[in-house]
Order: sequence, then structure tokens, then C-alpha cells
Amino acid sequence: MTLPPLADRAIVVGARAADWRDAVRLAGDALVDSGCTTAEYTEAMIRMVDDHGPYIVIAPGLALAHARPGADVRCEGLSVVTLAEPVAFGHAHNDPVRVVIGLAGVAPDAHLASVAALANAFNDSSAIAAVAAATTRDEVRAILEGRSGA
Amino acid sequence: MKIVTICGAGIGSSGILKVNAERVLQRLGLTASVVAADIASVCTVAADAQVILTSAEFVEAIGPTRADVVVIENYFDTEELSRKIEAAIG
Repeated sequence: MTLPPLADRAIVVGARAADWRDAVRLAGDALVDSGCTTAEYTEAMIRMVDDHGPYIVIAPGLALAHARPGADVRCEGLSVVTLAEPVAFGHAHNDPVRVVIGLAGVAPDAHLASVAALANAFNDSSAIAAVAAATTRDEVRAILEGRSGA
Repeated sequence: MKIVTICGAGIGSSGILKVNAERVLQRLGLTASVVAADIASVCTVAADAQVILTSAEFVEAIGPTRADVVVIENYFDTEELSRKIEAAIG
């Protein structure tokens, strides 16, 4: 199971975010920049956290920002944002967040292959710290695609 | 046996949980169908489920259920998943 190719525009390294909304917006902007989603999808991702709480922080240091498939999703896509300064989402166990993954799917089942590939990459417990510490897009890609040997 | 993973959108986090729960079940030698769903459809999807896997944020919204509601903290920690799934099933 391999990750869909991550375009340069889908990866932002060492970004600065004032708070969690900013951090999610950066991941949304990267999806918009890669042509996968519209700005409405970014707002929907933020609304998910407003409505349900910080459950998208699914592991220590990692947030998986996403919303429902819909008209604001043009193609299936992933984005990766690493933060220069960690940001708190208000999660009881997994704060603060250093890495935000943006995920967009056109249909509930269609994204499962990307999700399985993400699970492959992050089931290596050192992967989140390695992505957070990466200084180039290629390093991020190598870790997520399991080529880093980390 | 049926296991339901719940998140806000029914994609993304619940998908990760589904994929990793299936891996853990296989490792434990257990058979179960694992279905990812959003919190809005939990009543119908989880009506015949034995176990619901989710985040702490959704426990209250799940409401009364016959299933064991199991909170997962680290979705990528297969040891945590094994331990909690085994405890819920056993």
C-alpha cells in the first residue's frame, strides 16, 4: 500500500501557526493549492473541531484534519504541514501538535487506501517525531513513503 | 462479531482506526467485521455491534448502547489497540 504522490504544494515545512485554527487552515490551504479542495473544505475541517472537539489529534503530536466528502472536494488528496512551534488543540493526551495532515476524500470508501498507507507510515512510532524534525519536503516524503529507513 | 469505529465525519480518523483494528484482529487471530461510521449514524450502524472504538470526545454523544465503548488515545499504537480490543472481547 503506497501513499498517493505528495506534490510540493501539498507539503509545508516549518510553518508558523498562532493557534489550532491557523494550523488546520494551513493544512487546508495546502490542499487548495494542490487543486484538491476549495476554501469551503478548509472551513468545514475547522468546523469539525468546533462541533466535536479536538478528536482529530489522533496520536501524540499529530492532527488529522478532515471533513466530509462533498462538492468542496475535487480529488482525493493529502497535505502535510509541520509547525516550527507546537500548537495546543486542547486534547487531553496528545497535545501539543507538531504535524498536521490534511485529508480530503471524494467518497467515504475511496480514501481508505490513503488512510491505510498513512497507518503504515505512522505505525512506526518514531515517524511523527521524524516528520516534525524534517527540514525538506523530500525528507517528509521519504518518511511518509517508508523510504527513510528511520 | 461486529466492531464499529466512530468519528465526526465517518472518514479519516475512523478509517485509521478501522485499518489498525483489522491489523490487530488479524494478529490476535480473531475474526470480526470492522465498519467506520460517523457519529450521526452510530445508532443504526452500531445497533448490532459488540464493540465501539472511538475518541473520548464522542463517548457522551454515542449515548445508551449495548456495545462496549472503548476509548482509544493513540490511533497508531497497535499495542494499546490490542490490549483494549482483547479486554473488550474477552
